[in-house]
Amino acid sequence: MTNNGTSLLAVNNIEVIYDRVILVLKGVSLEVPEGGIVALLGANGAGKTTTLKAISNLLKAERGEVTKGSIEYRGERVDRLTPSDLVKRGVIQVMEGRHCFEHLTVEENLLTGAYSRGDGRAGIQQDLELVYSYFPKLKERRHGQAGYISGGEQQMTALGRALMSRPKMILLDEPSMGLAPQLVEEIFDIVKRLNQNENVSFLLAEQNTNMALHYGQYGYILENGRVVMDGDSKALSANEDVKEFYLGVSGEQRKSFREFKHYRRRKRWLS
Amino acid sequence: MDILYSFLVAPFVDMWGYPVFFAEVVINGLLTGVMYSLVALGFVLIFKASGVFNFAQGVMVLFAALTLVGLMEHGVPVWLALALTMVVMVALAFAIERLMLRPLVNQPHIILFMATIGLTFFLEGFGELLWGSNVKKLDVGIPNESFEVGGILLNQFDLFAAVTAAALVGVLVVFFHKTAIGRALRAVADDHQAALSVGIPLKTIWVVVWSVAGIVAMVAGIMWGAKSGVQFSLSLIALKALPVLILGGFTSVPGAIIGGLIIGVGEKIGEIYWGPLVGGAIENWFAYVLALVFLLFRPQGLFGERIIERV
Repeated sequence: MTNNGTSLLAVNNIEVIYDRVILVLKGVSLEVPEGGIVALLGANGAGKTTTLKAISNLLKAERGEVTKGSIEYRGERVDRLTPSDLVKRGVIQVMEGRHCFEHLTVEENLLTGAYSRGDGRAGIQQDLELVYSYFPKLKERRHGQAGYISGGEQQMTALGRALMSRPKMILLDEPSMGLAPQLVEEIFDIVKRLNQNENVSFLLAEQNTNMALHYGQYGYILENGRVVMDGDSKALSANEDVKEFYLGVSGEQRKSFREFKHYRRRKRWLS
Repeated sequence: MDILYSFLVAPFVDMWGYPVFFAEVVINGLLTGVMYSLVALGFVLIFKASGVFNFAQGVMVLFAALTLVGLMEHGVPVWLALALTMVVMVALAFAIERLMLRPLVNQPHIILFMATIGLTFFLEGFGELLWGSNVKKLDVGIPNESFEVGGILLNQFDLFAAVTAAALVGVLVVFFHKTAIGRALRAVADDHQAALSVGIPLKTIWVVVWSVAGIVAMVAGIMWGAKSGVQFSLSLIALKALPVLILGGFTSVPGAIIGGLIIGVGEKIGEIYWGPLVGGAIENWFAYVLALVFLLFRPQGLFGERIIERV
């Protein structure tokens, strides 16, 4: 990729096998520059989540394994670390489907994110206020049980919880899942602000290609465990294939159902 | 009609007629219940944090008691023996994490459950090897005299056990709700994956939770051991803890306590007032029948964590 800064995270040609037999990623390479928002796009089962979990080392808990290639964070190989080691180094994953601790209150949820931090109470309290300044809704709900708050608030809790670890990089998996469009926009706006104000880099796995390319500077498209295309967001959004297969528009104008095509153009990268 | 009367009315008439005796029965039951609760508590801790039903909890009670008695027989003073036993239980937790849990990570719960059955046999044999298999008397200096309050006969030892259990629960509640590691334990209980993802190291959590369970087992072991002698049948009280758990809910610390109390009181009342009508021995099966009823009508127990369903 053509970033001129140094890359924060580099994934070099990794292969991931689940249960020793199921080959899921067949050579994925990508880079995230310092301070960037990079989108990882693709349909269900393309390998987005697996890529993120390979980076955060959560794969091992699901009997997955990185069998080839390497993952480097700031030039250090991190693919043999535990998730908690990686969180200490500043890389944290926000999992798909929120995964809040349902029986803990919102505030307790946020505090669990600070578990791996070594600094004292004062710093944690300060960051708690910071999180509340980004998510004022959470402050209202701070003593509510996380299992009973709305989906949008849960997504905010999950994001806030990750922030409590003082990350340099957040692996954000499908933040738009199951949320209303205006909420999705709200979440993405906050991602952007975090990126600019707190200097957090993002690797963003999304199905909502439109949103992801709007907020990200660079994108990778995954299909069947391979990167089939990458480029900066503008180039990707302008690409005919991406438009057709991922953005749901083709040609110059919207088509009516009468003219609906019964065939699809062949993906150029399959040739 | 006579049968109906003797089953449905007469026992209550008795209770009403002799309130002091009734109070004694209830208090007696409560104190027995405390003992059940202590054992059940260890189960709850491990089940909450790892979803593993630790079949070896009963034998851990025995092992702790054996170690304590063994040390004291070698002339170690009580306080030092207590401290050393605690160290042994923590060391045991480390060993269990390293040798049993870590190699079995990602295995289904049933595999872990079977591993704890294996652990049961190992600890039983190991304890016997170290300290011999004869019944031992445990005397840690808890006073054991009876006295009367308002005509009700009480036993100092039982009261001591109750106070200890209450204190232990208090400490655990504070630990779970006010400390970072306690919060992490509850987080792990809720969602393993998410806990991993925010950087909570499961290995540390397991060691902590097995250590705490080991120490709770020690307290239970001291109480039971001092009451009825340290012998291998001690590990069987684990079976009494099972209905307590079903009643109280597998994931609830207060549930374990209240479940234990209900069963303790229930079986005593049943034994004294209904026992003669059916030829006795209600005490032996009451807990299990109650558990069965609960399984049918309220499977998560009285205080089990509500399964949160968002609509």
